[in-house]
Amino acid sequence: MLAYIIRRLLYAIPILIGVNLLTFALFFVVNTPDDMARMQLGVKRVTPEAIQKWKAERGYDKPLLWNAAAAGTATVTDTIFFSKSVRMFAADFGRADDGRDIAREITTRMGPSLAIAVPTFVLGLFVAISFALLLVFFRATTLDFSGVVLCVAMMSISGLFYIIGGQWLVSKVWHLVPISGYGGGLDAAKFLILPVIIGVIGGIGSSTRWYRTIFLEEIGKDYVRTARAKGLPERVVLFRHVLRNAMIPILTGVVVVIPTLFMGSLLTESFFGVPGLGSYTIDAINAQDFAVVRSMVFIGSVLYIVGLLLTDISYTLADPRVRLQ
Amino acid sequence: MSFQPVVLWSDALLFVLIAVIVALTLWARRQEALRAAWARVLKDGVAMAAATVLAVFVLIGLLDSLHYRARLPDQPGTTARYAVEVNSALDALLSDLRLRAEKTYSAPLATHLYSKEALADSTQREFPRLKFGGAHLGQDLSNHEFDIAIRVSRGCAGGLVIWLLLVWILVRTLGLELRGRFPFVVSLSNHGRGSKRPFDKLRANGGSDTAQGAASGAIFITLLPILLLFGIAISLGGGYHVFGTDKVGQDVLYLSLKSIRTGLLIGTLTTLVMLPVAVLLGILAGYVGGWVDDVIQYLYTTLSSIPGVLLIAAAVLMMQVIIDTHPQWFATSAERADARLLALCLILGMTSWTGVARLLRGETLKLRELEFVQAAQAFGVGRLAIMRRHILPNLMHIVLIALVMDFSGLVLAEAVLSYVGVGVDPTTISFGTMINTARMELAREPMVWWSLLAAFSFMFALVLAANLFADAVRDAFDPRSS
Repeated sequence: MLAYIIRRLLYAIPILIGVNLLTFALFFVVNTPDDMARMQLGVKRVTPEAIQKWKAERGYDKPLLWNAAAAGTATVTDTIFFSKSVRMFAADFGRADDGRDIAREITTRMGPSLAIAVPTFVLGLFVAISFALLLVFFRATTLDFSGVVLCVAMMSISGLFYIIGGQWLVSKVWHLVPISGYGGGLDAAKFLILPVIIGVIGGIGSSTRWYRTIFLEEIGKDYVRTARAKGLPERVVLFRHVLRNAMIPILTGVVVVIPTLFMGSLLTESFFGVPGLGSYTIDAINAQDFAVVRSMVFIGSVLYIVGLLLTDISYTLADPRVRLQ
Repeated sequence: MSFQPVVLWSDALLFVLIAVIVALTLWARRQEALRAAWARVLKDGVAMAAATVLAVFVLIGLLDSLHYRARLPDQPGTTARYAVEVNSALDALLSDLRLRAEKTYSAPLATHLYSKEALADSTQREFPRLKFGGAHLGQDLSNHEFDIAIRVSRGCAGGLVIWLLLVWILVRTLGLELRGRFPFVVSLSNHGRGSKRPFDKLRANGGSDTAQGAASGAIFITLLPILLLFGIAISLGGGYHVFGTDKVGQDVLYLSLKSIRTGLLIGTLTTLVMLPVAVLLGILAGYVGGWVDDVIQYLYTTLSSIPGVLLIAAAVLMMQVIIDTHPQWFATSAERADARLLALCLILGMTSWTGVARLLRGETLKLRELEFVQAAQAFGVGRLAIMRRHILPNLMHIVLIALVMDFSGLVLAEAVLSYVGVGVDPTTISFGTMINTARMELAREPMVWWSLLAAFSFMFALVLAANLFADAVRDAFDPRSS
């Protein structure tokens, strides 16, 4: 098991290097730092001095890959590639355009992101699986059919609609909770409840349908027939046999998401004014702060790879037949 | 000529796409298995109702893809000059809606502006009358509601007449038979083609005949509300702004109709861009194996490990820099917006081919071991020929399913991306830009809700139809579903 984990972590290294090279190519080769400076400073009437100053402030004035002017190891280390891309491996993300340290910003913003993402995730999972089991219990009846129709209809509604509609109805018409904002401690609850509920409702359509398909596939198998033949009530068949055996396909889709919860939801956080990583990313995109976007891309891929590893490990927990080697 | 046709890049690609679809349809008609699968889709009432709605959207999108530049009035001694503005056939059809712009917001069917203004002839601030909305009523507004009711019923009547006409034409030309029962069950029989005993036909076909009838009936029943809505919109649109006007006074109905093309383009061109790459790499990885497989797997694992939105955001930011630093590439602003739309499709495609490639690789691995491929190998058929002749046709169902399943997700993604600021050009009319501009106005009192609601309703209709149709196609083509 440990050997497996170590080997998987080693596999992750070439992928992260690939991600790093890709973002490097995207941000520094497709567009030179000069282009970016011109864009940030306004395309017209920009002096070469202003561009030089902009680049120097951000450390973009070095050569891309090879510094011929420097001596020793500095030929490699005193370059944009090393200072901007390689250093990300050491969790050194540099500074944002407003001069703040990105790594520090990320650690402080992680809390609010998790405070929304974790309850949404757990509650969403619980609600969707319960609904799916309910539909499967009443399979091939009108209830099942109308449930599926409802799911397809809910899937077809834009996520923006849920957020805008929810804010309007709950906060503006009913005045139940504040429209947006964030507070520390227990105060946070009144800000969190609406985004969490909206997040759950927005995701319910597609996930319920997905779990229902999994359960239906499982319910046609022989062991289910055996369980019924033993005289077990349908309730026990569903909860003790079908649900457990459906764990593998469910885990495949679910566990990989857990680490990326740190990243927060872009839309929810920016609509509700939550100072998390999602709104940080959106602000960076709008302000065209390339350093922040680059860091978030890197962190996102690290988390995704961790998620894949966790998925494989969770298989061994859910299914004793699975052996990792 | 009184106009100069303009073919934008996205138009050209759209026409290529349609040519490909027509060619594939002709080819599929000759394939027994494909014909059987499509016949299953054609017999599905829900699928055909969804297809009807989609067809209406596609028609509007196609009309909006025939672009031209109008000719300016001739001046003596000069050659013909054309307007800078690029319009489409849809713009020409809707010129009434396009040109009757108000000053700013007005509610649906309103006669007065949304905000108060100081009028010239009075000291108080009042709601000024709209320039066009309800202008035919004159000064007497007491029959405003009566006028609306008249127009609605006139529109309904018109829609109903056109519907009856259409049903009659379809029944006559296609040999569909209407049975006098509601919901009009229409059945295919060889009525007009010289068959003397339709009941023999019915018996020979067994149950499928009535299924076919239910499907045609579904088309007619779907057409009825669509035509009624069209009738009402045309009748009301002659005198009012049916969905109100937006911040700069543009008619929201016009904006919604224009958004359809953007949504369709993003939903289809993205997959078109993505497919060749995904198919080629997926088959190569699965069939050739070895280091080719390793490289391709590495490639798509790396790409898919970057969270989609972030990769798209990064790529779009970079694309913006390129477009902004090379203004000389684009002659008109329409061309620039079009280039940006295409680039967005390209970026979305580049980030989303990984899933399809992975599926195709897995399926190729399975196919490679089957007898018919082994037989071809034993006969000495070349690798390329095997991949083209034996592997590719057996993967087409996955490709088709991916194509239809991705569509609705992409339409929804456009709105989100435009909100994040990495979507289409702000001057391109799309559901995303509509929602994005309308979102700001929710805080106003009284609320400006109409453009949001219009955008969401149109999007809902399009995505719901696409989802339902995609489900039917998947059920018919997926060998795992029975």
